[in-house]
Amino acid sequence: MNRTLYGNLIFELSKKGRKGYSLPQDYDRTHTTAELPEALRRKDAARLPECDELTVVRHYTNLSHNNFGVNDGFYPLGSCTMKYNPVINEEIAAMKAFAGLHPLQPAETCQGALEVYYNLQQSLAELAGLSEFTLNPCAGAHGELTGLMVIRAYHESLTPSPSPVGEGSDGSESPLSHGRGAGGEARSKVLIPDSAHGTNPASAAVCGLEVVEVKSLPDGTVDVDHLRQLLAEIGDQVAAMMMTNPNTLGIFEPRVLEITEMVHKAGGLMYYDGANLNALLGECRPGDMGFDVMHINLHKTFSTPHGGGGPGSGPVGVRKGLEKFLPTPRVKLVAPLSSPDGDTTPMFSIDWGKEAPSGAVGGASTSVGSFFGNFGVMLKAYAYILTLGHENVKMVGPLATLNANYIKERLRDDYLLPIIGLCKHEVVFDGLVDKSTGVTTMDVAKRLLDYGYHAPTIYFPLLFHESLMIEPTENESKETIDAFIDVMHKIAAEAKSDPELVKTAPHNTPIGRVDDVLAAKQPVTTFWRTLPSSSL
Amino acid sequence: MANFESGLYYSESHEYVRVEGEFGYIGISDYAQHALGNVVYVDMPEVDDEVTAGEEFGAVESVKAASDLIAPVSGTVVEVNEALEDEPELLNKDAFANWIIKVQLSDPAELDNLMDVEAYKAHCAE
Repeated sequence: MNRTLYGNLIFELSKKGRKGYSLPQDYDRTHTTAELPEALRRKDAARLPECDELTVVRHYTNLSHNNFGVNDGFYPLGSCTMKYNPVINEEIAAMKAFAGLHPLQPAETCQGALEVYYNLQQSLAELAGLSEFTLNPCAGAHGELTGLMVIRAYHESLTPSPSPVGEGSDGSESPLSHGRGAGGEARSKVLIPDSAHGTNPASAAVCGLEVVEVKSLPDGTVDVDHLRQLLAEIGDQVAAMMMTNPNTLGIFEPRVLEITEMVHKAGGLMYYDGANLNALLGECRPGDMGFDVMHINLHKTFSTPHGGGGPGSGPVGVRKGLEKFLPTPRVKLVAPLSSPDGDTTPMFSIDWGKEAPSGAVGGASTSVGSFFGNFGVMLKAYAYILTLGHENVKMVGPLATLNANYIKERLRDDYLLPIIGLCKHEVVFDGLVDKSTGVTTMDVAKRLLDYGYHAPTIYFPLLFHESLMIEPTENESKETIDAFIDVMHKIAAEAKSDPELVKTAPHNTPIGRVDDVLAAKQPVTTFWRTLPSSSL
Repeated sequence: MANFESGLYYSESHEYVRVEGEFGYIGISDYAQHALGNVVYVDMPEVDDEVTAGEEFGAVESVKAASDLIAPVSGTVVEVNEALEDEPELLNKDAFANWIIKVQLSDPAELDNLMDVEAYKAHCAE
C-alpha cells in the first residue's frame, strides 16, 4: 500500500467536486433545512472532505494497518486486562432490536433490554458478593467517582450523633454502624495506599474529599502498622479507604480482612477498585473480603473492547443498606405478572429517581451521566458471562494467574524479579538483570514492537525504576506465551550482543523511535499541514 | 551512575539544600534526575511564597512520571530558577548546578533532620 499517499489526512486527499455518491435528480436541497429557523441555518459550506469511495477505503484501511489490537497479536499490557472480545458479543450488541433503542422509549416497549440490564447487574452482584449494582457509569474512573459519591452521600445522611444504620438481612451485623465524625461534620478523608492507581486520589479530589496516603511495604502491600497509626489519629474523619486487590504489583493483600475490619471499626467504608478483578474472578469476592462499594471495568474483566479510550463501562456495586444511594435511572423488577396460561413473565420498570432520597448521589438530579450509560458494552459483557456460564467463569482468575506465574518463572533468569513468590494475574520485572549494557525497559518495550507484540506496561508501578509489567490474561495459549518468552529472551541476548539495535528500536514499525521529550515539550496539535500540491 | 555532591543536605525524597548564609538553594539530586529520566516540565512556586518542610512546593514531570517536590526545609521563596521554565532538561544535565528555588531559611535547625552525603548515599543504595 502507498502509505505516503493514503497516509495523508482525509482532508488532504480531498479534491473539490469529487464524490462517491449522487443524490436523486429531483432532490430538493431546500427541503431539509426549510423548517429550521433562519438563525440556525449554515451560511457557508461545511468544508467536508470530498473523495471518491476507493480513496476513502484505502485511506481508512491504511490507518487500520497502523493499529495494533488484541486481534492482531499478544497484548500483555499490565494493569489493563486486554482480553479477547468474542465475535458473538459484537453480533449481539449490533442486533437491531438493541442498537435501535431510544433511551426515552416507554418501559413496556423495551422489556428485553431492561431484562438484560437487570440480569447483568444481578450477575455482577453475585460475582462481587454485593447487594446491587448500577451499570450507568461509563468507565472505571467514572465508577470510582460514582462510588465515592455514594460513600459521601451515605456519610452525609448520618445524623450528627452516632446511630446504627441497621443490620444486614441475613442477620449478620452490618459494618455500617457509625455516625458522623467529631464535631458533627460528615467524614471527608479518604485513605489511599501510595501504590494505588493515580485515578484513586484523582477521583477522591474531584469528589471533594481529602486524600491521605497510606504507606506500602517494599512488596507494595499495605503497611498495616501505618494504617493503624492513621486510624488512631484521624479515624473519626475517615470516610473510606480505597484499595486494589491484588495490588498494583499483582500481589494479593494477605491482610485484607484485618484491614477492612480496622477501617469498619473506625466508621469508614471500604472501596474496592475493580481494576485487577480479573485475578480473582470466580475465586473470591470483594464483598466477602469486607468491601462495601466497588466498581468493575467491564472493558477489562468482562471482555468488552477498550477501544481508543472508550467506550468503557464501570458499574458500581454496593453492600446491603447502601442501595438507596445509587444513582438513577435504575431498572426495577416489579412483581412478575401471571399470564392466562399460568406462566409468569418478569416485568421491568424504570425508576427515574424523582423520589430518590435527598442524600442520594447528585442531590436533586441523581444521574451520573446520560441515561443508562453505554448499553452496547453491557450487552457484550452479559453475552460474555452467559457464554462462560456459572462453571467456566470460575476458571478465569486461576488461568490468568497461572499464565502470569509461568511467564514470571521462565523470564526471571534474564529479567530482574524484585518480588519473589506467587503473583496473581500480572508480573512486574525491574528491567533486565544485566544493566551493564545500558539497555532500559523502554528499549526492551520498543524492540518487542519489531517482533509483532504490543509492549507491556512500562515505568509503572513507580515502586521500581525500570518497571516492566506483563499481564497475559487467561485467553492466551501456551504456544503464544512460549513464543513471547522466546522473544523476550532473544531481546535480552541482543542487549548483550548488539545493544545499539535494541536502543534504536523499533525498526519495522510504520513510525520509528519517537522523541518523547520533544513530544511532551513541543506537541504538534494542529490538524492541517501544508503539502506541495504535486504530492497528491 | 549517579553523582553525589558533598557539603549539601539531603532529604529522603531526594531533594537537596545548599546553604549559603541565611539562604538555601533547593533542588533535586543527581540520583533523582536519573530515576526520573528526561525531565519535560518543572512546576515551581512564586517568589514570596512560603514553603514548609515536609510539604509539597512544586512538581517535576518527566517522560516516565510526575513527582511532587517536597521542601526539605521551611522558608520564604526569594528566587526561582526561571531558566528551568524553558529548559527543564537542565536538571538532567546538571542537577546540582541547576537548583530550583532559593529560600530564606526560617528555621535553620531543620537542617539537622536532613542527611549528609554519606548517609544519603546509603539511603540510595537501600
